[in-house]
Amino acid sequence: MNSYALIPFLPLAAFVINILFGRKYLKENAHWVSIGAVAFSWVLSVMALTDVLGGNKINFDLYTWMLSGGFKVSVGFLIDQLTVVMLIVVTTCSTLIHIYSVGYMHGDSGYYRFFSYLSLFTFSMLMLVMANNFLQLYFGWEGVGLCSYFLIGYYFDKKSASDAGKKAFIVNRFGDFGFGLGIFVIFLSFGTVYYEPVFSQVGNFAEATVNFLGYDVHLMTLIALLLFCGSIGKSAQMPLHVWLPDAMEGPTPVSALIHAATMVTAGVFLVARCSPIFSLSETALMVVALTGAITSLFAATIGLVQNDLKRIIAYSTVSQLGYMFLACGVGAYTAGIFHLYTHAFFKALLFLCAGSVMHAMGGELDIQKMGGLKKYMPATYLTMLIASFSIAGVPGLAGFFSKDEILWLAYSGPSPVGKLVWLIGTLVAFLTAFYSFRLIFLTFHGKFRGTHEQEHHLHESPKTMTVPLVVLCVGAVAAGWVSIPHLLGGGAHFAEFMKPVLGHPEGHGTHAEEWLVMGISVVVGFAGIGLAYFMYMLRPELPARVTEQFSAVHRILFNKYYVDELYSFIIVRPAIWTAKNVLIGITDARIIEALVNGVPSAVAAFSSGLRKVQTGIMQHYATIMATGILIIVAVMLLR
Amino acid sequence: MVPLHWYLTLSAAVFMIGMFGFLTRRNIIIMFMSVELMLNAVNISLVSFSHYLQDLRGHILVFFIITVAAAEAAIGLAIIIALFRNKQTAHVDEMNEMKG
Repeated sequence: MNSYALIPFLPLAAFVINILFGRKYLKENAHWVSIGAVAFSWVLSVMALTDVLGGNKINFDLYTWMLSGGFKVSVGFLIDQLTVVMLIVVTTCSTLIHIYSVGYMHGDSGYYRFFSYLSLFTFSMLMLVMANNFLQLYFGWEGVGLCSYFLIGYYFDKKSASDAGKKAFIVNRFGDFGFGLGIFVIFLSFGTVYYEPVFSQVGNFAEATVNFLGYDVHLMTLIALLLFCGSIGKSAQMPLHVWLPDAMEGPTPVSALIHAATMVTAGVFLVARCSPIFSLSETALMVVALTGAITSLFAATIGLVQNDLKRIIAYSTVSQLGYMFLACGVGAYTAGIFHLYTHAFFKALLFLCAGSVMHAMGGELDIQKMGGLKKYMPATYLTMLIASFSIAGVPGLAGFFSKDEILWLAYSGPSPVGKLVWLIGTLVAFLTAFYSFRLIFLTFHGKFRGTHEQEHHLHESPKTMTVPLVVLCVGAVAAGWVSIPHLLGGGAHFAEFMKPVLGHPEGHGTHAEEWLVMGISVVVGFAGIGLAYFMYMLRPELPARVTEQFSAVHRILFNKYYVDELYSFIIVRPAIWTAKNVLIGITDARIIEALVNGVPSAVAAFSSGLRKVQTGIMQHYATIMATGILIIVAVMLLR
Repeated sequence: MVPLHWYLTLSAAVFMIGMFGFLTRRNIIIMFMSVELMLNAVNISLVSFSHYLQDLRGHILVFFIITVAAAEAAIGLAIIIALFRNKQTAHVDEMNEMKG
């Protein structure tokens, strides 16, 4: 057996150990098992990376999962360039966040439960990225969804948390329905669900059409769009983005690991993995690009006015995920995955810093009640500042390289909507810089606006929390250096590395244009930071006046475009109405209960007639017996 | 030589007396005796067939039946005594606890 198979199964073993023995025996030591397992997975992932860098591509089946006629699925692993990048991202973030959780979750009554779920999540995520067939991908996909549900609702005695968990699960069902259908269509057309035969045969189906719901549609477009449905749900794109901000009810390490760095990027991974399919359908690519662009703009504008520390970062995540889809949609899968990789570092870092702030503030999340924290928690402040510089696209940091690559490829690529999404992307870059620094200035600068009690309590977090922050901070600075563009004298190694799997679209433009695109993105980034500095540092009275001036706009943004209210009106309330009046009132009360109560009462009525036969008088029974015998004898004699 | 059907007629008559006794009488001891009558009626027919067919197996069977009947009579009487002690009556109409 190939030792790389251990990468997902070590966390699974940790999960089993923790869930079985955690409550009684491991208790406060539960983290050792989980951290050990995931750290070992990380080591194996690094070995896999060196293997793949050496030109190997690993593809093996572990065992046959199911076999039915021509349908065969096995549990198998494919480790190529794309997988290995995901492996590094997942195991690195997971390890660091496990360590951080030791400090963050210290003293929590469900300590072992938390770590067992984290391990289960890591297992599912690794199964997802390492799968060599669509069904195993789907298994991992649902597994991470389940863990996300567990962990969002981790504080299950809090109603908002358990509601948020349900919301995340149900909203994801909508997307996964499409994803499931997509896998069906793939099996119907290709007769297999393995990646390799599917991707090598797509060329033969480039022009094929298929009858879907009575219409002849382009097969590749259909498959791509159905798979993209899954991506929309998992990666919180419009219109299924509503679950992610609510998912912040979970513990902060969960937000960092699942709802920022890894799980939500599974949708981008799916699109990149299926790039041979998507590339054959211009329509699907356009849908992906526009969905990404619109979502990133939409989420960024909401992020401008929110006051909840974690929700701002959550909208920022939605927005950055939109960026990744934008990249995939213009055919720059490499840039999308590159952004996924850099984003994992700085976004996990932002969340962990937010967790550190929460830790100091005693669970307070409203940034209007913070301020001046930098002198109390310098390590958190510095790392968060660097993460924000990274996301704002300050040259030299990780976010700059990936964002620049996306914008340049959008601008210069062959996509018909390229210029449009480039424009939106640039605007979003400005908004991102602005709200990230609004967050920084309101949280760490100025005067403390919370209660006296909170101020007294302020402290820097323990070492187990700050060390992961520093490590991730190194990532947020340096992760981008693996792909410095040719323009800046780098080698663009990342793109070269990914070329065998994802192809590499070359931008068609002059150097001057490339400098211009880069220059614009840097300028808008600094402009965003500058505007935030101006509004929240130099003229602190300004935001209130702006809010007053544009109160209608502010209200719409503050209420997140009323999407939740809209869904509540068109989906949730009709569903509840139907449940109450039709399903309970008619189906349950009239039909099911009538059946359930009707059957026994009919039996009772029948038997109350029948039981009169049982008189209790022995001679009656004897008479019946004798008569019976007489009749039998008579029948036998007369026959 | 008494012909077979005489025995059979006797057997049937005794059986019928036992059966009617069992069905019409209410005293449990009389009913018990009626059951014994029916049993012996059957014995009579068994013995007569055995004799008619010149086959000793019928006789052997009758010995067994008599043995079992003796045991059964002892148990039956014991039950009746136990019943009487509990109910202070031997009248079956008053024992209708199995009524549905």
